[in-house]
Amino acid sequence: MHHFIQDLAETNHYQPTRLLHLLREIQARYHHIPSAAIEQLADLLTISRTQIIGVIEFYSFFHLTPRGHYELLVSDSITDHMLGKIPLLDYLSTKLEVAVGEVRNDGLVSLDNTSCTGMCDQGPAGLINGYALTHLSYARIDQVSDLINQQIPLDKWPTELFLVEDNIQKTDLLLNNPIQIGAALIAMFNRGTQETLAEINLSELRGRGGAGYKTAWKWHLCYEGPEDDAFCDVATQRQQPRYVVCNADEGEPGTFKDRVLLNAYAHQVLEGMTLCAAIIGAEQGFLYLRGEYLFLYEKLQNILKERREAGLLGQNILNKGLNFDIEICLGAGAYICGEESALIESLEGKMGIPRNRPPYPVTQGYLGKPTVVNNVETFLAAASISVHGGEWFAAIGTEKSKGTKLLSICGDCDRPGIYEYPFGTTVQTILNDCGASDVLGIQIGGPSGIFISNHEFERQLGFDDLATGGSFIIFNNHRNILDIVNNFTHFFAHESCGFCTPCRVGTSLLKNQLTKIIEGHGSAGDVVALEELCQIIKKQSHCGLGQTAANPVLTTLSRYPELYHQLLKKISYEPGFDLDGALDIARRLAQRNDPSAHLAQVEETS
Amino acid sequence: MSQSITIDGQRISFKEGQTIMEAATAAGVYIPHLCHHPEYTPHGSCKLCTIKVNGRVCSACTFPAMEGQEVLSNTTALINDRQKITQMLFVEGNHFCPSCEKSGNCQLQAVAYHLNMLDDHYQLFYPTREVDASHADIMIDHNRCIFCTLCVRASQQTDGKDVFAISGRGINKHLMVNAPSGLLKDTDIDISDQATQICPTGAILIKHNAYHVPIGQRIYDHAQIDQVSLNSERHKDEK
Repeated sequence: MHHFIQDLAETNHYQPTRLLHLLREIQARYHHIPSAAIEQLADLLTISRTQIIGVIEFYSFFHLTPRGHYELLVSDSITDHMLGKIPLLDYLSTKLEVAVGEVRNDGLVSLDNTSCTGMCDQGPAGLINGYALTHLSYARIDQVSDLINQQIPLDKWPTELFLVEDNIQKTDLLLNNPIQIGAALIAMFNRGTQETLAEINLSELRGRGGAGYKTAWKWHLCYEGPEDDAFCDVATQRQQPRYVVCNADEGEPGTFKDRVLLNAYAHQVLEGMTLCAAIIGAEQGFLYLRGEYLFLYEKLQNILKERREAGLLGQNILNKGLNFDIEICLGAGAYICGEESALIESLEGKMGIPRNRPPYPVTQGYLGKPTVVNNVETFLAAASISVHGGEWFAAIGTEKSKGTKLLSICGDCDRPGIYEYPFGTTVQTILNDCGASDVLGIQIGGPSGIFISNHEFERQLGFDDLATGGSFIIFNNHRNILDIVNNFTHFFAHESCGFCTPCRVGTSLLKNQLTKIIEGHGSAGDVVALEELCQIIKKQSHCGLGQTAANPVLTTLSRYPELYHQLLKKISYEPGFDLDGALDIARRLAQRNDPSAHLAQVEETS
Repeated sequence: MSQSITIDGQRISFKEGQTIMEAATAAGVYIPHLCHHPEYTPHGSCKLCTIKVNGRVCSACTFPAMEGQEVLSNTTALINDRQKITQMLFVEGNHFCPSCEKSGNCQLQAVAYHLNMLDDHYQLFYPTREVDASHADIMIDHNRCIFCTLCVRASQQTDGKDVFAISGRGINKHLMVNAPSGLLKDTDIDISDQATQICPTGAILIKHNAYHVPIGQRIYDHAQIDQVSLNSERHKDEK
């Protein structure tokens, strides 16, 4: 192990920013991060052991104790549940003779849950040693169990197990007009960089990750850099390193469009990043790819290589004097890293904790330098705009939301997959296209978005009505809303980074309070207490995760209050703990379990 | 002409580069806080100093003061939220004031009194946490840690060491010491280090002097935390 880690550190130039990458390699090889590795890394990278342990404990895919040689994770997205995940997981556990969350005694296999793996249109899904498994069925589980028990190496497994479909169901402006490789850069060089920024400004393109910040404005602010530099001459200002970051940490449950774009339109996305680099003056870019998309890593590396060979990346791009290259950085299982400042922290090899703002990343981002962070789809659109012009893009959509939006549609519909729609399209149109009937409601924008009921299907896609990062999870009338809310609420408690009090403690309190009501232990004041808790988490949390963590409860409570109230007992108060359950030890000691050894907490008054 | 902001309608001046917390403290306006200390880089995590700046919720300890800001701090809604956040800190750990030797000198307890916190409000978590009594002079009671990182910052920024760190995610956050054994006795901490003095709760304690100052004669027994805080921090902010 000593030599392995020494070599690893050397090939990564002993850079602490590469910590996640190093830990991924060590985890993959030794199935955990041994303490000797931590000590050695601390020496080689000259960082403290606590920083390394902090990172290991922060990311779900790193472990201080050994996992199985075959580490099997099953996606816990609501869509996986809707496709029968629970009985499948039970079957898997029985078949492999390992409990969920445990490692089998022989160390061969471990089994656990993981947050949504972004395969919602082809679930139930999982990960085996980080690689995506789709369409899990009883037959596939038999197959996987046999392969594991026979200790067949992963690269000898049948490829159909790892097949990931794009499922592009409907195309529009962007996907109908993919650009020729290099065309966006040629157009930019012909037109001029600032003139191209003007086209992007004209297009009124807004960030596609969900927040909708105006792209041209973000690029302009980064180009300007910190205020201190704004008054120096252009040459000095240009000396400041700048960075372009593509946020492909697509962790919002129910979202998978970026996975498809990076599989089918990677050149165009990378070209959008290069375009941005030319405009803001960056020489280094990063594609932050969520760990769950490990299967795309090699393919993307090859595309980067092709682009370097074609003179579209590297030194002197297209002989125009532009120097820019892109590095792919893999995440390691942390939803919070989709938040741009947490993502930057992660790129720097740290725990993904959102920064205090101001300063914003456009002036102080990666390593404290001006940084643009944009979504995959935003870069794709920017490349198209460079080729076709701003007016072409702005001609479609609504007053405040120009262009089209890619949606990841899954749940109860006949044709899940990727759909591209002009902004302004109604929800009903979308439901008709994807073959959804008998619909109860839709979760728009994932758990952090909103739940809309079947009275709201005339609402429109757009920043002025239904803003979304692109996730549509459809539920039919047979689904239980509280099951959905419970799944989402657990998700946020699991993914909270724990930095600030309202989110760290609040999301766990919310999980417990919701469970109390769902399990029938709630009394008159408990829904009021639930809502009060939601408000404080929403108002007081440090970042978007906490500010949206209560949305599943709040948006369903306002639409279906009766669902919550009908679960309450008709008594004024019930304590949060189970008094009768607490007497269990006493009953066992007294060796009696007759009715009078039990305590009814409070008599029902009705 | 000096620049100014208003806090609850009161006009106060500030210097370029000051946070709202620094400007307020210098002007004798107390904003409750636990993770903030004037000598260290602001952290912004406890969220007790939550204020409204021109209608937007911000942390006073990290948000820069800028000309003309209208800040709300002592509103009923914000006081109520601060009380709830304090209650969250209480239920998250195991804080039993009557049996804690820090009682009366504890900022968490004092802030709770100041905010008129009368009960825990939320269900207690009763987490299982360890006590590290390995060191001859200093002990850590993890039950009382609120993850303010003041010991982390004091060790790095004043003591020139790196004894403490916060690890883990979400509700599993925990304080960690920098030794292969994970025990305080194997670190280079010294009883005279600032990191041993700065804990706002009873999580890091100096051994053998628990009741040298009896209950009844302690810092917050006769003065509220707003006065104590302003008296001790005001001059430090006027750098």
